[in-house]
Amino acid sequence: MLKIKDLHVSVQGKEIINGLNLEVNKGEVHAIMGPNGTGKSTLASVIAGNESYEVTQGEISYNGKNLLELSIEDRAREGIFLGFQYPVEIPGVSMTNFMRTALDEIREYRGQEPLSAAAFLKYMKEKKALVEMNAKLNNRSVNEGFSGGEKKKNEIFQMAMLEPKLAILDETDSGLDIDALRIVANGVTKLKSPENATIVITHYQRLLDYIVPDFVHVMYDGKIVKTGDKSLALKLEEKGYDWIKEELKAK
Amino acid sequence: MSKNKTEIAPQLKEDLLHQFEATIDSFEAKESPFFVEKRKKAYEEFKLLGFPDNTLESWRKTNLKPFLERAYDIEYLPAKTTSPKESIFQCDINQFDTDLYTMLNGEWIEGANGVTTYDNGTIVANLSIAKLAFPDLFKAHYGECVINERNGLIALNSALYQEGYFIYVPDNVEHNTNLQMVNIINSEQSIFTNTRNLVILGKNAKLKLVHCDDSINNNSSFINNVTEICLQEGADLDLYKLQNKDDEAIVMTSTFIRQAKDSNLSSNTIVLNGGLIRNDTHVSLNGRGANADVMGLYLVDRKQIVDNHVYISHNVSNCSSKQVFKGIVDDQAHSIFNGHTMVKQDAQQTIAFQNNNNIQLTTKSKIDTHPFLEIYADDVKCSHGATVGQLDMEAMFYLMQRGICERNARMLLMSAFVRQIINEIALPTMRASVDELVQKRLKGELSACEQCSIQCIDPDKPIHFDIDISKI
Ligand SMILES: Nc1ncnc2c1ncn2[C@@H]1O[C@H](COP(=O)(O)OP(=O)(O)O)[C@@H](O)[C@H]1O
Ligand SMILES: [Mg+2]
Repeated sequence: MLKIKDLHVSVQGKEIINGLNLEVNKGEVHAIMGPNGTGKSTLASVIAGNESYEVTQGEISYNGKNLLELSIEDRAREGIFLGFQYPVEIPGVSMTNFMRTALDEIREYRGQEPLSAAAFLKYMKEKKALVEMNAKLNNRSVNEGFSGGEKKKNEIFQMAMLEPKLAILDETDSGLDIDALRIVANGVTKLKSPENATIVITHYQRLLDYIVPDFVHVMYDGKIVKTGDKSLALKLEEKGYDWIKEELKAK
Repeated sequence: MSKNKTEIAPQLKEDLLHQFEATIDSFEAKESPFFVEKRKKAYEEFKLLGFPDNTLESWRKTNLKPFLERAYDIEYLPAKTTSPKESIFQCDINQFDTDLYTMLNGEWIEGANGVTTYDNGTIVANLSIAKLAFPDLFKAHYGECVINERNGLIALNSALYQEGYFIYVPDNVEHNTNLQMVNIINSEQSIFTNTRNLVILGKNAKLKLVHCDDSINNNSSFINNVTEICLQEGADLDLYKLQNKDDEAIVMTSTFIRQAKDSNLSSNTIVLNGGLIRNDTHVSLNGRGANADVMGLYLVDRKQIVDNHVYISHNVSNCSSKQVFKGIVDDQAHSIFNGHTMVKQDAQQTIAFQNNNNIQLTTKSKIDTHPFLEIYADDVKCSHGATVGQLDMEAMFYLMQRGICERNARMLLMSAFVRQIINEIALPTMRASVDELVQKRLKGELSACEQCSIQCIDPDKPIHFDIDISKI
């Protein structure tokens, strides 16, 4: 589904990712862990097409297409979803208008008829229930005045609405209390299918108790330096990252 | 004013002065000396002042010269109107739940003129008739708050005005129908009109008034309007101004508002389109507890120019005022906001706030913003601010990451930006309709006459509103 080869990314002349490789197949769950500032969010942004980052080398293919040639919105319409580490507040744009516009455009891209207003509202209601979101969400401006937990739930809600093929969740678990974590994790689990794939970027093992990863990658200094199964996450939780740094030095 | 400085549009000025000299006899025949004397005085003032030019501080950014140097038909008489009035006005779809009064090319349309007296005593009439019918009201209020010396256009209007509207709401009357005054220009000639309005709200009177400046064809026209508004103790006026003119149209409005104790003004000016639009709003807060909210929105593109000048004078203590204007400026358009709040020495406990936010979509467009507080009292709460920015790129990325194309993402952000002003409209039907017009305007789908209540171009065209699902 997603193949990243020798990716190099710079921002403002500074190289942040240098030679990253990753392959994700449908049905798989990948966890990416690693200390702050190693480029995890940068990787997610580049996959989503954020133009502030410059890809200086390497390739990314997605379902056989050259991802780097697709516009931001076409990547989304092709099924790439980014759950933002810091969801943006957009005063004045209601959640309903936002989701209606997004869904209409995605459906049009896929050659589907737009949903009627009634069908849309019904659909939205179902998806809200999935993440146990407040009924008043519809009229609220996107993320404006949302608590940290609400913002993260809102990301999962949007993911549920748009039914992506590849979801990248960037620290969706950070700052959540145990209830919110359960809701977010349940949402993700329910949306999982053999047809789609998920990349969870996280610091904590606890999310991985709910969303069990097939692969755990450790990212350090702009590269994936170690890959293992879920036991690697447990080991990181227990021992931190120092032993990885030692291993790298030894090489 | 020095005589030897080079005046702008001297020929037009000469012609207008002659026009006055040729018409003064007929004014004398129709009007009482009270009015004629005021006209004569204003004529002298205009003669002295001429048209405002860039040497005046308040006209530094807006150059009238090229607009005044066009050829205008100043002797324009309503009878010359070639369009068959009946067909134009056959369709009076009323979009805003208002009582509609229509003026065409500065003259009231047939059937609408005369005096309308509501059961509650409220009076709506055309100015020329009202002047004769209500001399006492005019003696008390006409010309009272206009300051001719401010600029020659106002003096010109005071000298040469012919027609306009007169509204009077008696003491303690909350007028329950919204009044909509539509001023349409549709002429083969390039006309120059001086329209004059007078609005009086008695003690504790209440009114919602919509003023529309529309045009139907693309001939250049020059409207020079002066409106006087008197709000007596405890009176409450909502004033909406909608301006959707063609790209050749020039509209100058000068609105003078005098507010007594505990009166309230909420004014909202929405400029959707126009060649050159200049709105001067001049508020005098003369009684304690008076409040004025002066708001506005402007959407300009191509080579359009919109200039909002607001002057609010806190003359006594315990008054509050707010100026909030927002604009989106595209292509090579130019917007000017000049907000001046004067807090006089005795105006203690004043609360005054000014804000002007702009989105500049192109590097060729130009935005001048100048919020300005002039404070002589020491116990006041005042603040001001202005921003000129682009669309929030992080928000753009967020929206587009959900599959929304760049154009629609921009639309969503621009609509969100203007929503604050639209939400201030207290008439629900009008709010919905303005919202729709603004959406269309932002998408570039709005025609010059679409907003006009008359809908004469295509009377069969259904008024169509998409359901606004955000309100469900
Ligand atoms: N837009 C940006 N401008 C400048 N530096 C950036 C930008 N985005 C990220 N960086 C830098 O890139 C590095 C990696 O950041 P990030 O991808 O957010 O790391 P992580 O998500 O792993 O914590 C950091 O040093 C950060 O300061
Ligand atoms: Mg990060």
